[in-house]
Parts: sequence; structure tokens; C-alpha cells
Amino acid sequence: MNASHDWLNAFVQTSMTPAALRDLITARCATVDDMVSLRADLSEIVIGYVVEASRHPNSDHLWVTRVDAGTGELLDVVCGAANVTAGKRYPFAPAGATLPGGLKLEKRKIRGSLSNGMLCSARELGLGDDHEGILELNTEAAPGTPFTSAMGVGDTRYVIDVQPNRPDLLSHLGIAREISAASQQPMRWPDLPDVSHSFATAPSVAASALRAGSVEVRLEDAAGAPRYMGVVIRGVSIGSSPAWLTARLESVGARSINNVVDATNYLLHELGQPMHAFDVAKLEGSAVIVRRASADERLRTLDGVDRILNPQMTVIADAERAQGIAGVMGGSESEVTDATKDIFLEVATFDPASVRRTRRALGLSTDASYRFERGTDIELPSAALARAVSLILAVAGGEVDGAPVDLYPAPRARAKAVLRVSRVAQLLGEPIPAAEIERLVTSVGFKCAKHEGDSSFDVEIPSWRGDVRAEVDLIEEIARLRGFDSFSEELRPFRSGSVPASPLDTVLKRVREALVMKGLLEARPMPFVSGAERGFVRVANPIAENEAYLRRELLDTLSRRAEHNLSQMQRNIRLFEIGSVFDPGDADLPREEMHVAALILGDRRPAHWTEPPSPAFDEWDAKALGEEITRAVAPGSRSAFRPGEGDVLWTIEIDGARRGEVRKVSLDAPLWAAQAFGAEVSVERLTAEPVAAAGTARYKSVAVSQSPASHEIRYQVLPTTPSSSFDIAVLVPNDMRAEQVEEAIRRSAGTLLEKLTLLSEYRGDSITQGMRSIAWHLVFRHPERTLESREISSRRERLLRTLEGELGVRQRTA
Amino acid sequence: MTTQEFFEALQRAHVEGSARISAAATPLELTDVRNALIGRKNGSLSQLMRELPSLPEADRREAGARANSARVAIEEELETRKVSLDADTPPQPTLDLSMPGRQSWRGAKHPVTLIIEEIEGIFRDIGFTIALGPEAELEWYNFGALNFPADHPAMDMHDTLYLGKEVLLRTHTSPVQVRTLQSYPPPIRILAPGNVYRRDFFDASHAPMFSQIEGLAVDEGVSFVDLKATLSYFANRLFGKTKTRFRPSYFPFTEPSAEMDVECQLCSGRGCSGCKGTGWMEILGSGMVHPAVLQSAGVDAERYTGWAFGMGPGRMAMLRYGIPNIRLLYDSDVRFLEQFAR
Ligand SMILES: [Zn+2]
Repeated sequence: MNASHDWLNAFVQTSMTPAALRDLITARCATVDDMVSLRADLSEIVIGYVVEASRHPNSDHLWVTRVDAGTGELLDVVCGAANVTAGKRYPFAPAGATLPGGLKLEKRKIRGSLSNGMLCSARELGLGDDHEGILELNTEAAPGTPFTSAMGVGDTRYVIDVQPNRPDLLSHLGIAREISAASQQPMRWPDLPDVSHSFATAPSVAASALRAGSVEVRLEDAAGAPRYMGVVIRGVSIGSSPAWLTARLESVGARSINNVVDATNYLLHELGQPMHAFDVAKLEGSAVIVRRASADERLRTLDGVDRILNPQMTVIADAERAQGIAGVMGGSESEVTDATKDIFLEVATFDPASVRRTRRALGLSTDASYRFERGTDIELPSAALARAVSLILAVAGGEVDGAPVDLYPAPRARAKAVLRVSRVAQLLGEPIPAAEIERLVTSVGFKCAKHEGDSSFDVEIPSWRGDVRAEVDLIEEIARLRGFDSFSEELRPFRSGSVPASPLDTVLKRVREALVMKGLLEARPMPFVSGAERGFVRVANPIAENEAYLRRELLDTLSRRAEHNLSQMQRNIRLFEIGSVFDPGDADLPREEMHVAALILGDRRPAHWTEPPSPAFDEWDAKALGEEITRAVAPGSRSAFRPGEGDVLWTIEIDGARRGEVRKVSLDAPLWAAQAFGAEVSVERLTAEPVAAAGTARYKSVAVSQSPASHEIRYQVLPTTPSSSFDIAVLVPNDMRAEQVEEAIRRSAGTLLEKLTLLSEYRGDSITQGMRSIAWHLVFRHPERTLESREISSRRERLLRTLEGELGVRQRTA
Repeated sequence: MTTQEFFEALQRAHVEGSARISAAATPLELTDVRNALIGRKNGSLSQLMRELPSLPEADRREAGARANSARVAIEEELETRKVSLDADTPPQPTLDLSMPGRQSWRGAKHPVTLIIEEIEGIFRDIGFTIALGPEAELEWYNFGALNFPADHPAMDMHDTLYLGKEVLLRTHTSPVQVRTLQSYPPPIRILAPGNVYRRDFFDASHAPMFSQIEGLAVDEGVSFVDLKATLSYFANRLFGKTKTRFRPSYFPFTEPSAEMDVECQLCSGRGCSGCKGTGWMEILGSGMVHPAVLQSAGVDAERYTGWAFGMGPGRMAMLRYGIPNIRLLYDSDVRFLEQFAR
């Protein structure tokens, strides 16, 4: 919503500067997003204070002055105006400034005297035709102050962010009403310059059909148009608008079209009531019929586009065909043109939801539809029509043909609500006296009747405030009108909440810390993927058809991110993500799960001058990463990494259930890129099932005595006895897993085995084909005494016997 | 010395010896260790060997064999350590200490995560806990329960991505309010971070998915004063000492609704092009929970009142770290992410 400072001032006279008014509107009403000076061409003009003025030595009509323009030094300025006087202020354009009209001032010598700028006349500033002398300013503003703000010259446009619940603010009338309440200044409707006609004939009221002069008006769709007013004006002369009207429209960014259309536009911005003028000559059968469109009915709208209508849409038709789409846009056939003589002026209230559906169906949004779909004031059309007639007669001539019609089959009574003074205090946190409540709400048009005996009010809601329905809405009005800044910011005691910290969040934070410590970088990409019809959740109305699905796994989107990095010539990539994945599931609801995944490729560590180039990440790094994630996701749980197939290197089981995998990741990668590896683990299902039926709750029991989690760390007594250790190297067939050998080692070594570490794997010429040598390091310790070397050597021998006996695995001999 | 004492001393000497061998850091140290263990004169093992004749005749053979195998083992360990020390020791003894140290890869949290954690930290201090909810959400939780009017322009601000009939990608984190109120009785003090979706096309400041963080406090006697006080406290913690300003706004699920501004971080409130000359910067939307929302969740709206707020950590991250384009938050360029390593 654009509003003009001058226009608002015509409703409420305030002495506020534009910035002060902006802040007031923002604080009490709706946020002013922007403030535009409409005389930006004067932005470089400042207040100049003439300290000295003396005759020019080489000229008898020039003056040499010394001007304070706030720069900290006095400027020499040559001036040709007879009225220049020391001790007065004038608009000053410093050298370098551009005057309205485009003249750029430069420092120059005038008859031998240097001039650093120019003292300006009204005409030079585009403020009138007076060029008899420079413009003497009646102000005390400091030298150097911008001229426009010091003098209030030039209108200011406010760009106001009106929220969808406040259509009453989509007009100067509405904003002015709020300014009047906030500044406690009276409000009046502005005089229309040049308007002398006062509209006298009362409208004739009926439910469905009436004649407005020679035109028959019929309301067949009262649901789409709860109120329909119209009037015929004959003998208008279409032409251009007077300057004041054009200027008003320009002040809100609207373009002048012709006097009649401009008049209706003026009223749209002034009162928030959209109107439309039809050329009576183009209305077949001199009829205006408000009805539903027929199926596939066509209409060329004012913008020249042919529209196909449907029976859900309300149209304004003549006896033959649609001539306009109700509340959205008129038709081009009955448009007011230079040839128009007689007009039918429509001032109506259209149903918000119906206009909204039509606007969306046609993809056609206008100033009118914007206001109608938010809701216009159903009591406004009679006053707006009277004002419109006055204005049109004033700017386009003509005369009213018969009385206006007012088809209003079901007049609406104003809504009411009860307001309790105690509820105001409960919600706002400060007691507000009943008298203050009454003053506040009546200041914007509510009517209050105090209940006898208790402290509450019956409040009548004005017709333009459809957003106010219940007590709580009135309490918002009170808070807003009193000013949010009037409420204290005292931190008061609070009770701690009943909701336990989310266990899922705890896990996710632990995982994130672990992966960051491992040197990984957190990504937060979008979940949209190219997907496929089967197995993926599809977005019904996707933003891009090539990314219409939701990911099933994080490694999908992480891969795209890795490819992006490769395209940026980044060869070392270590990304992780914590996020949701989606599966169609088998019910109506998609199955959503929180996952953690990491993707690595490139150097295992940064290069260092002491070392050869770092090896690249390999499957063992990926496995360790998988283990890291698994430990963080399910600490203390039993996890197993089972060899997988194909690109899947390992599947990850936690407590016997498959929860993730470690795998090679194929990327669309350049030749120089290293192999990528990924690990992904499912953390928890996120269910969207309803918690309880609407309007009810189903409280969870908050477990008070949760037994300590199994992963809780318990201190183990430090050993007091020395350990003993030995290595073994055995030949293991390629098809036997190291895991199997380890199991046998543990079984044979017994309980004193403290630690078993795989040291190395060796394949080579000295090793039998199909075999490899694997070496382990074993550490033994007895908790109470030193193990004798004999005990150790006998264990070693027993171990080798077991391996050979059970697995056929022998010690490697040199 | 009894035989038993001899065996124990022998074991001790072996174990200690092994430890000293692995602790030796240079070939020179290793030579010292060698002398201390098996040096002819003072080596601890050599001294023990000299005790052999004093043992009972019957035990001497056994004792000798053990002492000998311990010596052989020690010698092997010495040899192994020598080989590895020779390989480890850099040839030149003087180090240029200005050379750079050995690095490992540095990880980093996403800037949006950093902001979320900062916000969570502040609210945790005043008794809030974290609650999470699904991103694929039921329409009722996203709109109906939150008092959104059907066929109303309020819906235009929530251009929605649908997954099916009555299932959508949540357009805000506010559904978590309703789910929480249905799951736990008041008093409620929760913070709900998460991803939300809008059918917005990418530009410098909009993306179809972004993060949001929601707060909710419901109890008896909770009022607009609590809202203002808590959110101002929060702003002063997050931005340092700052003025705050509350402006009228509209959200279907709060009444009254207010947006909170802090002094513009770019110009400290003096007014600049970043804040369009106002000196203020919008930080969050808030309001008193609409009674209809409490009723949707089965809460007695006459007895309990509440306030809620929501804000965009992405926008705050852009502000805090001077990130000019929202796309950088999603691209996951490692050169971008590495800048947030600490
Ligand atoms: Zn600023």
C-alpha cells in the first residue's frame, strides 16, 4: 500500500515530519517498509545561510556573498538576485549538485570572482514560476540541512506493509483513522478541490432489480456480490485530469488515464473502495446484470487478454454477455474511451473468497481484487458513490440520470463482542483501567457499552473491521493502540516446563560434535532430488520438474554437493549432513526418518613438508567414519559391520537391526577426482501421525526414574600388574575373514587377553598363492600378579595349535 | 636369594627393561639402556646372572635357562628398537622452528547451525527445552490447528508444497507447538528448530527450504509482558546491549501479534540503506498464542495463556557473518564451510 504524506495530512492535520509519521504508523498500525521523497531531484539542495553580501567589484547587478552551507567553512558565492540579504537563509545548490532539469553546477569564475554554487529561486527548483529573486526561507534550520526535509517541500510516499487481516488500512482514510487515534488529532474527509456539486438524491434501495436512470440493474448472484450500487452519469466529456488529481495519483505511483478513470482510481486510494465505470453505449439492452459466468464464457479484459470463465466466477454482464469480472477487472468492450458520453458507475461489495478464487484461477491480480479479497467495508459504497459522483461531475462534467441504485438484499448488522477488563489484564500482563480501554477502542470506531455491575463491555465492531470478531481481537487493539512500547519488560518468575529435552536432539548434537571433531564440514542442502516414480515421495506441485522428489537418503543430496565442489575444482571434500529422508511408505503418510551421513574424498590429511603427499581416503577411513557415526548414534549398543555387495562395502547393524551402510559413492566426477566414500546411518523415525484428535490432548507420561542408559561410562580400576605381550603372524586363506581368525584367537587366549590388535596384512612373493599373512599383537594381563613368561609362551603355543586345528591356519615362517 | 626371589627379580628386570627400551627416543639413549640392562659390569640382568651360583643346585639349571632366554629376548627388543630409531631419526640434528606444524583437517558446523545453537543456548538458560517435529506434516497441524482461515490471503504467505491430500512439507515450525501442547500439560517452555518449506523460487534472499526456530511458553499467568521481557532479554544476549522495538503484525495463530526489531547492526541505529533509514532491523515474529490454537490442542484457553515466537536463523547467519547470498548456505562449497571452523 502506497500512501502520500500530503494526502494523509488532508485527512488529519499533524505537524509531524515524514520520518516521525513513518515511525508512528509503524509503531501503532502497520510497518512502513520504505519512505520515498517524491522530490529526489532536490536532494542535493541544502539550507544556505548568507553571512555577508556585498556588491560585485566588476558588476553593478551582481552580488558577492559568503555562504554557510554547513561544510565548516564559508563559501564564496556570486548571486544575481536583488533580494539577497545577509542574515537570511536561502536554498543553496553547492558546486557539484544537479538542479531539477539536469543542470550540473560547477565551480566557476563570474566576472573574476569565484562562485562555489548557487542560491536558487523558486523556479530554478521547480517550485513555481517565481524567478524575481531567490527564495527567502522562513526557517531556523541549521545551514547544510537538506532543503526538502527542512522545508517539508515535496510530498513523501510511504510504502506500507499492510497485513492481510487489515484491508481497512488499504486506503488513506484507513491510515488516517489510525493516525488520528494515535496523535489524538481530529480527522475529516478532505475537500475535493474544484468540486462544487453535492450529490443530493438518495439511492433507491431494493433486493434484486432496479433502474438507475435508463439502465436496468439486476443482482442475480447476491452471494458473489452482497451489495451492488450503481449510478448513471450522462454527458461526460472524457479528457485529461486536472493537475491536482494527476499529482495525487502520481504520489501513490498510479498513472493518469483519463478524468473518469482517474476519479475512480482516486477514490480507490482515498477510501479503499474499488469502482468501475462502464460505457453505457456498449451495454447491450441497457442492462447491468450481476450473475455467475456460464461455462466457457469468454471475455476480453481491459489488459487485452481473452479470458475463459467458469460458473464459479461472478461477472457483470449486459443483456448479452459478460462485460467485466466482478471485483477483478472490467472488459475492454465497455471500457470508457474518448468517445464515451454516458457512464454506468459501479460501487459494489464483492465476496472476498469468491474474488480470491477467481483471481487465482485467472492469475490476474489488480488493485481492486487485492482489496476485495481482503474484504471491503460493506457500509462504505453509499458514501463512496456520492463522493465519486461529485468528483466525476467536477472533473468530467455531465449529470446524474435518475437516482443511484442500491441492491443490498441482506443488510448486515454490525458484529458485537464482549470485552472483560480482567481478561485484558490477564493477557497483557498489566491492569488497564476500564476508562482507558474505552477511550482506546472508541478512538478507531468501536462503540462501547459498559455492563452494569461487572467490569466488562459490549463492543460494537465497525463495518470496516472484519478482522475483529472476538474478545482477543479487541485486546490486540488495546495493546496496539496503547502502544506496545508502553508495556513493561520486567522479567517475571516462570515455572519450568514439563517437556523433557528431546532425546533425538541430544543424539543429533552428539553426532554433529563427533563429526566436526573428525574434520568434517556440515552441509545443509535441500532435500529435492531428480528421483524416480517408484520408491520416492513426490511433491505434488514441485518448484522444478527435474527435482520433483524428496530424497530417500542423505548421500543422494550430499553427492550432488560433492559434484558441485568438484566443479569448483575442489578435490578434498569432507561433508556431513544431519537431516530427514522420505519414503512413500504404505500408508497415506510418507515415512520420514532422521539420518546422518558423511561423504569423503581426496587427501586423508593436509600436506606437510615433512611427509610425502597424503594418501587418499579409502574404504578403511569410510569404515572408521561409519563406526564413529554408529557410536555417536547408539553409544553402548552392539553394532556390527557386515560385508556388503557391490558398492555397498558394509551394512551397519545396531542391536541386530540394519540401520545403515558404508559404501563407495559414484559421482559425476572429473578424471582427477579421487574415489568417494560414504557412510549413512538412520537415527530415528519422525512420525506425523496425529498426537490426539483435534481439540484434545494425550499427555505422555514423563518417566521420572529412567534407569541410567546402557552407554553410561563406568570407571574401570587401573591395572596394578604389568602386562605381557607377543605377536603372531599366520597365513590366512584369502577366502577366510580376519574376523573368524580373531574369534578363534579370543576363544583360545582366554580371559586374560586384554587387547587384540591387527598389526598388518602382507601379500607377496614369499607367500603362497591364495594366502596372505596377517599379524596380530596380543596383550595379556593378570589382575593380581605378574604373568610368568612360561605362562605366556604356553598360551602362544596353545593359540597356534588351536588356529591350526580349528581353521587350518598356520604360523608364517620365514 | 631364594629361587622364588630370583624368578621374580628376573621377571621384573625383563618387564622394566622392555618398557625402558620402548621409551628410548634416540640411539644414544638406547645405548644407555643397553648398558643398564645387559652391560657386562652394571647391567641389571648381568648382575642377576651373577647370583646364579648362589641358588640351590637343583634350581640352577632351570634358573639359568630362564635368565638366558630373558637376555635373548631383551637383545632382540634392543635390536628391533635400534632399527626403528635409525629410521625415525631425522638426519639433521638442528630444526628450523619457524617451519609450520603438522595440521589435521578442521571440521565445522554450518553457519546456520552455529546461530541455532547460540539461540538454543540462551533459551536453555531460561528453562526452555528442545522439541522436534516432522517435516512431512499433516495439513491440520500446519494450518487448521493454527487458526488459518481458508480461502484467505493469509495463505498467500505460505505458498505450500504438497505431498498428497492433506499432507504437506511444513511451511513453518509452528506445528510443533500444537504437537507439544497435545503431548504435555502446561507449563510448557520449548524451542523447536527445524527446516521449513515454501513454494518460493531461489533468489538472493529466498529459498524453497530454510530453517526456522520456534519458541513457545504456556502457563497460567503468562502475558504480553513476559513475551516482551523474554524476547528483549534474548535480543540483548544475542546482539549485545541493544534497544528493541515491537511493531503490530499479523499471524493467524497469535493475537496480539508483534514483530521485534533490534537496532540496525550495520549502522547502530543511525539509519542506513540496509535498514532503509529506520535504524531498526527485523529479527522475529511473535505474539500471544491465539485461544483457538490452545483449544485445538485441548488446552483450557481461559485458564492458560501463552506466547510464541519464530525466527529465521538463516537470515541471522547472513547478517552475522556478512553472507551476501542465501545460495551460499545451500551450495555446501567446502571453501565456504571451512570459514566456519573454530
Ligand atoms: Zn542501518
